[in-house]
Amino acid sequence: MDLQSLYQEIILDHYKSPHHAGLRDPFEVEVHHVNPTCGDEVTLRVHVVDDVVVDISYDAEGCSISQASTSVLTDLLIGKKVDDALEIHSTFVELMQSRGKVEPDEDILEDGIAFAGVAKFPGRVKCALLGWMAWKDATARVVVDVEGSVT
Amino acid sequence: MTAVEAPSHGLLDTDRIRADFPILGRRLDGDRPLVYLDSANTSQKPRQVIDAMTAHYEQINSNVGRAVHQLGDASTQAYEVARVKIAAFINAPDASEVIFTKNSSEALNLVANTLSWAHGDHAVGAGDEIVITEMEHHSNIVPWQLLAERKDATLRWFGITDEGRLDLSQIDSVINDRTKVVSVVWVSNMLGTVTPLETIIRRAREVGALVVVDASQAVPQMPVDVAALGADLVAFTGHKMVGPTGIGVLWGRTEVLDALPPFLGGGSMIETVTMGGSTWAPLPAKFEAGTPPIVEAIGLAAAVDYLSAIGMDRIASHEHVLTAYALERMRELPGLTILGPTEAVDRGGAVSFELDGIHPHDVSQVLDSLGIAVRAGHHCAKPAHARFGVQSSTRASFYLYTTPAEVDAFIDGIHQTRRFFKVA
Ligand SMILES: Cc1ncc(COP(=O)(O)O)c(C=O)c1O
Repeated sequence: MDLQSLYQEIILDHYKSPHHAGLRDPFEVEVHHVNPTCGDEVTLRVHVVDDVVVDISYDAEGCSISQASTSVLTDLLIGKKVDDALEIHSTFVELMQSRGKVEPDEDILEDGIAFAGVAKFPGRVKCALLGWMAWKDATARVVVDVEGSVT
Repeated sequence: MTAVEAPSHGLLDTDRIRADFPILGRRLDGDRPLVYLDSANTSQKPRQVIDAMTAHYEQINSNVGRAVHQLGDASTQAYEVARVKIAAFINAPDASEVIFTKNSSEALNLVANTLSWAHGDHAVGAGDEIVITEMEHHSNIVPWQLLAERKDATLRWFGITDEGRLDLSQIDSVINDRTKVVSVVWVSNMLGTVTPLETIIRRAREVGALVVVDASQAVPQMPVDVAALGADLVAFTGHKMVGPTGIGVLWGRTEVLDALPPFLGGGSMIETVTMGGSTWAPLPAKFEAGTPPIVEAIGLAAAVDYLSAIGMDRIASHEHVLTAYALERMRELPGLTILGPTEAVDRGGAVSFELDGIHPHDVSQVLDSLGIAVRAGHHCAKPAHARFGVQSSTRASFYLYTTPAEVDAFIDGIHQTRRFFKVA
């Protein structure tokens, strides 16, 4: 089993010093997601203005993979238009569910390509997706709230 | 080399025992031998258990209690002999007090549910109290939370001391005149603690409360005598005692089981059925609706034969010596904190720990790459983890086939893990 492909330097770097960590104001929606099998948890807030992801802040407890992937998520999605962010989200999810058979696109995923190795460890895919699923959930609720307030 | 010397006394002949367990001979990725330190999660199975189950399928297979043919008779006979063997193994006064369930969880749910439906002495109602402990497995927490919620009863519990023991300092107020049920783990699957059941049972008896014991980790690793224990109901699970999955046991005193209503309704559990109503079969059938896990029961009987031939006292000694050795050697590991008793006194063979700067998943992932299987996570004991301010831990657990060399491999593996994550 190839430990080095799982624990890429990029992942360990993000784990040791996660980007955009901590919970911040302002935000529209806060969600709390748990991985019930292992207990990893993330509380994540999103701040969206005019269809732009202005901030993603979080407080996470978990393994190196889940911590690093949430850190990478914030790097990738903060500042993007919501639609583009959702596009990146599905690219990442697709990579994680590929069992290692998809070649990651560095132009889209940047540091996220380091997780290609994780896709070969079925037991760890949920770790890598924890923060991403939380973000999608939170964002869906923002969009609903905004549209709800318009009508 | 190592300051701590490997133990030489009190151990089983693991060479001989390991030869009985086919899986222990397999190789993992990178042609590494398997170092299986996850027996508290589920134990491995000896050839004798696998063969007994295969032989039943190949030569006897038939439903039990229903068929008037030679196979039906033989199958029923084998199933009931299994019950007798398991009763003898735990010194149950009567084999009909041994109820086969799916696992411990089902056994505990059987008790909590039937108590919620019970009338008379055992009925749990508004204002009644149920007592558990903070070190329970979720299987001995959630059914009682459900019962308390349904009946408007109050759930109380004993806390855990810093050393990982039960805090019984308030025992006389925690268990009081309102207490209807006390349900306690015997050996904690996370902390390894052996609980002072005698003290708890004595107090429960004083107030007339029913006593349930979760013996899931006890029956596999020490001699158990339910007649001497003094509890009313005892649950355990086959797969942790070299038996198959899909079979567990609820032992109960006849008076108590007779007083409880049925759990599941269906075939085999009835005396008679009319469209107007039904009456129940006597024990144990009353609690065994539907086709039971026949071959699993036969496998569990083979497991009990296997353990008995070695001797539960010798298995307990093996476990004790290995745990003491592991605890001793773990002291040399920097940044490692044991959750639970750090001395092998009143302690089972599961050791959970934290490693500074490395998450348990990452610890177990690196160990796995070395062929060492441990458990990482909350081990279905979230409250006990929360008590120690952690969300998860890594756990190594030992059994009759574990060797001191495997403990050494585990210690080396932790050193390697620390180097890999550059905390060394
Ligand atoms: C102390 C304890 N109680 C209950 C259980 C539940 O056993 P099962 O999953 O077989 O129902 C376990 C096993 O995980 C355990 O260790």
